Amino acid sequence: MTYEHAAAFAQTSGLIYFVGIFLAVCIYACWPRNRARFDAAAHLPLIED
Amino acid sequence: MATAQPGLWKRHEIFETNSIVLLIGALLVVAIGGLVEIAPLFYLKSTVETVEGVRPYTPLELAGRNIYIREGCYLCHSQMVRPMRDEIERYGHFSLAAESIYDHPFQWGSKRTGPDLARVGGKYSDQWHREHLVDPRAVVPASIMPTYAFLDRPLDADAIADDLRANRALGVPYTDEMVALARTDLKAQLDPDGPGAADLQRRYPGATVRDFGGDKGKAAEIDALIAYLQVLGTMVDFKIYEDKKNLR
Amino acid sequence: MAATPVPKHLTEGEVGLGLTLLIGAFLCALASARAVDAPFSVHMAVFALAAVAGVVAILKRYEARPAEAPPQVIDGRPNYNLGPVKFTAVAAMVWGIAGFLVGCIIAFQLWAPALNLGLEYASFGRLRPLHTSAVIFAFGGNVLIGTSLYVVQRTCRVRLAGELAPWFVVLGYNLFIVVAGTGYLMGVTQSKEYAEPEWYADLWLTVVWVVYLLVFLATLWKRKEPHIFVANWFYLAFIVTIAMLHVVNNLALPVTVFGSKSYPIFAGVQDALIQWWYGHNAVGFFLTAGFLAIMYYFVPKRAERPIYSYRLSIIHFWALIFMYIWAGPHHLHYTALPDWAQTLGMTFSIMLWMPSWGGMINGLMTLSGAWDKLRTDPVLRFMVVSLAFYGMATFEGPMMSIKAVNALSHYTDWTIGHVHSGALGWVAYISFGALYCLVPWLWNRRELYSLKLVEWHFWISTLGIVLYITSMWVAGIMQGLMWRAYNALGFLEYSFVETVEAMQPYYLVRALGGVLFLIGALIMAFNLAMTIAGKTAVENEALPAGDALPATAGLAPAE
Repeated sequence: MTYEHAAAFAQTSGLIYFVGIFLAVCIYACWPRNRARFDAAAHLPLIED
Repeated sequence: MATAQPGLWKRHEIFETNSIVLLIGALLVVAIGGLVEIAPLFYLKSTVETVEGVRPYTPLELAGRNIYIREGCYLCHSQMVRPMRDEIERYGHFSLAAESIYDHPFQWGSKRTGPDLARVGGKYSDQWHREHLVDPRAVVPASIMPTYAFLDRPLDADAIADDLRANRALGVPYTDEMVALARTDLKAQLDPDGPGAADLQRRYPGATVRDFGGDKGKAAEIDALIAYLQVLGTMVDFKIYEDKKNLR
Repeated sequence: MAATPVPKHLTEGEVGLGLTLLIGAFLCALASARAVDAPFSVHMAVFALAAVAGVVAILKRYEARPAEAPPQVIDGRPNYNLGPVKFTAVAAMVWGIAGFLVGCIIAFQLWAPALNLGLEYASFGRLRPLHTSAVIFAFGGNVLIGTSLYVVQRTCRVRLAGELAPWFVVLGYNLFIVVAGTGYLMGVTQSKEYAEPEWYADLWLTVVWVVYLLVFLATLWKRKEPHIFVANWFYLAFIVTIAMLHVVNNLALPVTVFGSKSYPIFAGVQDALIQWWYGHNAVGFFLTAGFLAIMYYFVPKRAERPIYSYRLSIIHFWALIFMYIWAGPHHLHYTALPDWAQTLGMTFSIMLWMPSWGGMINGLMTLSGAWDKLRTDPVLRFMVVSLAFYGMATFEGPMMSIKAVNALSHYTDWTIGHVHSGALGWVAYISFGALYCLVPWLWNRRELYSLKLVEWHFWISTLGIVLYITSMWVAGIMQGLMWRAYNALGFLEYSFVETVEAMQPYYLVRALGGVLFLIGALIMAFNLAMTIAGKTAVENEALPAGDALPATAGLAPAE
């Protein structure tokens, strides 16, 4: 394997890895079913006991 | 309420594993970045090759280097000439990776409160260094360097062979002979007329043997430090070094 | 639960830890006696004494405590374990002042070198790591450990896991600080910036850190809330990543197990990249992720409104930890590090701007609809200004990572200015805000001793920061330009020492800025001490006529 091959492979897979993680996180964060959970979580510091 | 339903337990288990999932996820994400950047440095030609002339430090130079580290010199002096016109004109040829190949730890520094020292070796006389360390403002009136007069005290290097041994264990090519004769070599480097001078230079090609402006009979910390400063950046002979072959 | 008295006996933890400490004390005393250098002998003696003190403390605690373990819940409310948190709050304040003071001393040393006194123990090279470690690890570390142990309990609604373990963490961590700091004065250093402590201190920190991680995780495991609040994500990432960075960067071979000196296993380029991978991510995960956790809890709490967008905080978290880790090589631009690594570092550094500002906006917008609180609550103002400084520093950082800019800025005092706009403006200010909130909560006080003193602290230290960073900007850029200046004949215009001379007035302004910051911290320490003592300043009860503050009662204490 030459340097060019290795570099091309690393750059492509790196891009896919990066975009993939980012999309997964965005989908998780914006998934409608998670909304209620996140709203509840956001109020966690404010609950008094 | 010791008897929770199994269903509740199961759900609780998932929550428990969540923190582990989070932990492993975070660790994976951060570990990959480090691995991808660091691992190739152990294999790339430009970062692992050796350049002719670069040799392990002599025992005296190593002892001096340890004083350089102990006093935190690296906090104000870099040892890394960047490939820019003004730096090359001010300090000399830009630094090569190979020049710090035996540096455990590296001393590139991050700040130039004082000038770069990567190529300070041979630029000033031993006497200049001695006076400058003892009282920087006696030689450079505007200097803001602390005085290091206290370094004019005996060098404690009885165990210098152990230091060489530790370095050898980490890959610095010290031979058995070098380790065995470390203490002798340390003293021999200060005494050009002594019996050990030639042997030392055979073991460490290009090493300078002289009293470094001090008392050749007694090794002082300041002597070791000057020996180290005087070897900095002098190992590679740039008259015969080919830049083109080592572009990075 | 049965009311019959339980026979009192030592718990397994008390026995186990006590025995371990006894063995440790014996081994350390032995090592102290056989040490090959004086600093190592001193440090082993310190460890031995600390271990004996630990055993005594365990026994005393046993005498004083009731037979049963502390209840997890009292009257339906979690019985929070606040002792270790109180300790860190006091320790943070003490170390903070010590660290700021040493910072002022070395700043004046650069202005007037005679202040080095010609003593090895007072020279710049030994005091500078003392300053950086005192402010980052002693002040910042105690704030992080303390707030994390507080926040994880409150947001999980459960008592901290373990009884001795949290104490082991906070006391063990502060012992590490003592050993590290005294080591610098005696010349014990690995010379790796922000990782200077030698191998034995590093080993000790590793032990403490693993226990810290376990306490934190075990508290998460027994939580009563289904969701792990996002601040805990940041804390967890901080703990885990720092563990990884610490272990890898400090891999070293001691010359002898009876001596302080060691040699790092990596050399040259590899050592440099690993060091700055560590160094940059110490900023990213210690000084950023950890303090963002503080922001995500304390800003909503003080403003009494939920975080602006919880979704954004999740994206913020993953994007931040993902990108930060790649940015380290920007510390090594134009060095012997291969070009591709430099470019990669630069690219990620620039991208990092986005999640950083996402987090800042999330924190700032939490106040939307409640901006008026800034006028009346100086504590909240500390936190909001810290976010503004965070935004500024995270814009400046990516800019300085661009190679063309870095060519000018690297090695100059611009870097020092940049670091301090982050350290003083962001890290210290969010910490001050958190401590001002935390101390009344921990000691059950209705409010701080004096909000007026908080105002004074705020304005004095803000003026100090402004003096500091503006002088370092001017000085740093001037320095960089002078180094590369050519005269008409094509020669370098300035000798190096001329650039040193030109810095002198700026070094003085910087030092004075530091003094103002220190004065602010002293005011704060006084204020907190009076709060702990249960005093209330007159102005808090009846405001002087000229003061436009509305009734402070409106600022209901958060508890």
